Amino acid sequence: MKTYKMSNVSPDMSFLEMMDVLNSKIISEGKEDPVAFDHDCREGICGMCSMFINGQAHGPDRLVTTCQLHMRKFKDGDTIVVEPFRANAFPVIKDLVVDRSAFDRIQQAGGFISINTSGNTQDANSIPIEKDDADKSFDAATCIGCGACVASCKNASAMLFVSAKVSQYALLPQGKVESKQRVLNMVKQMDDEGFGNCTNTGACEVECPKGISLKNVARMNSEYLSSTLKP
Amino acid sequence: MFKLFNSSLVKKYAMAISGLFLILFLFQHFTINLTSVFSEKVFNSISHFMGNNPIVQFILQPILIFGVVFHFVMGMVLDYQNRKSRSVKYYYVKGSSNSSWMSRNMILSGIVVLLFMFLHFYDFWIPEMNYKYVEVNPLDPDRYYFEMTHKFESPIRVSLYSFSFLFLGLHLLHGFNSSFQSVGVNNKYILSIRGLTKLFAIGVPLGFVFIALFHFTNSI
Ligand code: SF4
Ligand code: FES
Repeated sequence: MKTYKMSNVSPDMSFLEMMDVLNSKIISEGKEDPVAFDHDCREGICGMCSMFINGQAHGPDRLVTTCQLHMRKFKDGDTIVVEPFRANAFPVIKDLVVDRSAFDRIQQAGGFISINTSGNTQDANSIPIEKDDADKSFDAATCIGCGACVASCKNASAMLFVSAKVSQYALLPQGKVESKQRVLNMVKQMDDEGFGNCTNTGACEVECPKGISLKNVARMNSEYLSSTLKP
Repeated sequence: MFKLFNSSLVKKYAMAISGLFLILFLFQHFTINLTSVFSEKVFNSISHFMGNNPIVQFILQPILIFGVVFHFVMGMVLDYQNRKSRSVKYYYVKGSSNSSWMSRNMILSGIVVLLFMFLHFYDFWIPEMNYKYVEVNPLDPDRYYFEMTHKFESPIRVSLYSFSFLFLGLHLLHGFNSSFQSVGVNNKYILSIRGLTKLFAIGVPLGFVFIALFHFTNSI
């Protein structure tokens, strides 16, 4: 654990901009390496920025990623505790950078729809989908794979992420075809990666920057149950 | 069969279903106990029936014991695995910002209930088994009310029971509606399920405490 003192932090800065200022200070002093952290889009869509800030994934604000968190959420003189996302399935690479490729492997296990590319593929727009289902599927699809759900869960469970991916396909006619195998494969991969078991604390839903609902977890639970009973 | 339990979701269903089963049993136990407040005769006759009916004794009772043991063992296994899935802990976690105390401390409330059950078995179940199957005493359909009220003459026992029921309530406050979520029910009925959870998780333990206090005050 290391403590850095920062001055001239504008309340309008994002948390990552504050980290940039810190790193340029460290670099100009030339005594140690800058603090490594993940980032990419810096507008809340890529899910790359992580960090566990003052005991919460992505800090104290709701429905935001760390890049969308502003320094006005803290008071002058505060000591801010910053840690990497911690879970055995997310090994720390360096400082605040963690390896979330477990999510990629879960996605590869079933988070897709197989489409025939023979040239006779049906135009997706010609398949009617109920508005309600389309909306729910879209809501699930807004998951950016950031891993805040895992980081916040006291069990380091990845259920919210996996359930969002399962739901986004299971609700659409295109995804229904492979839905049984998909849920079994994705849950198996999730378990193989070493994530913990869900105990319905609901911390994931509260900390998710995209507001993914626990209803998706219930949907996955029932999908998995019916796929196990009637494979 | 055991391979099935490698799946985190199968473990979740097992926890939920055994929990719901225990909730049903608890309600049944509560209803029977409540009769003791109104009528010694009714309490005695139900207790006599439960204690001597072969279906209750040799089929339902073993299923119940299995359910209790299963729920506890599974809960411990889950807790152990979950702790293991984050071997490097956070320096600072603000758990209260995103989840209820009850949901984060099911193992604690569960262990208190487990300890209570040892006491409860020691108080009632072991003497009962001894009376019936070891000493093989003659049937006495009128003994139950007295045996029970006699136990609640002790203020220490009444306090221990009340303390345990507080934890049972906390356990139920999370466990009841959580079981429904686990088996995939989170639909338009979820608000009613949450309401029912509060009613049950507060009402039933409070009812048990009331029964204990009722017999205690009657004894002084
Ligand atoms: S469910 Fe939410 S918290 Fe979890 S990975 Fe997706 S966006 Fe991030
Ligand atoms: S950097 Fe892309 S979501 Fe934060």
